[in-house]
Amino acid sequence: MAIKGKAKLRGEKVQVKLLIKHAMETGLRIDAETGNKIPAYHVTEVVGSWEGQEVFRSNLGPAVSKNPYLSFQLKGPSVGDTISFASIDNKGIQDSGAAVVK
Amino acid sequence: MNLLNQSRRILLKSFGFCLSLPLLSEKLFASWPEEAFMSTEIDKAIGELYGHPPQASDLVKLKVPDIAENGAVVPISVSTDIENVDSISIYVEGNPNPLAATFELSPYIVAAVSTRIKMGKTSNVVAAVYSGGTVYTATQEVKVTIGGCGG
Repeated sequence: MAIKGKAKLRGEKVQVKLLIKHAMETGLRIDAETGNKIPAYHVTEVVGSWEGQEVFRSNLGPAVSKNPYLSFQLKGPSVGDTISFASIDNKGIQDSGAAVVK
Repeated sequence: MNLLNQSRRILLKSFGFCLSLPLLSEKLFASWPEEAFMSTEIDKAIGELYGHPPQASDLVKLKVPDIAENGAVVPISVSTDIENVDSISIYVEGNPNPLAATFELSPYIVAAVSTRIKMGKTSNVVAAVYSGGTVYTATQEVKVTIGGCGG
């Protein structure tokens, strides 16, 4: 478990891409062996920070694909700056990662 | 004395625990809008999130494939030229709970986000942009050849 991130300076904007490893169960799928529903298990919140300041926040539902991919653009950071990420799922399990602007 | 000291320790520990737990987790993660995610209609979900009814707008640019071969992974991009955007959210009309994701923007963010979503069947996809008390939306139909909710 770790959030993989990439941040690349393009002109004046930094393109940030991140990938969170997570099953993202919808809670609607039925286990073929037992016939029971597989409980929902998904990332709920993702936060991106730059220099200790929160710059991006996303709320995810179970309809986001397995291993969620998110991308956004930042104004301000320069090459060498670190963008850090943190996430939490509906079981309260947290994950984190970081990317250095290239 | 020993007993007194011990109970004081326990008291201090439990107090410290209670204090640190909400500080650690709730500060960073506390705002998942459950009502909006559980809503079964797009308009209700938008109302829960923003408290305003949506209005269609050309200023919201929604990029999704016309045909998605695999409904489990549908790439989607939303961008807009509207200034001072507070939030962007994505809805799939045909899903049991339409709201897929929300993005809360800051002044450092350019109003352009991308992600990948699941679609159970062919339906409309709606992108909503919230700025200055108004909800602007764009809608596009995506045909799904293989559903995203199967095994």
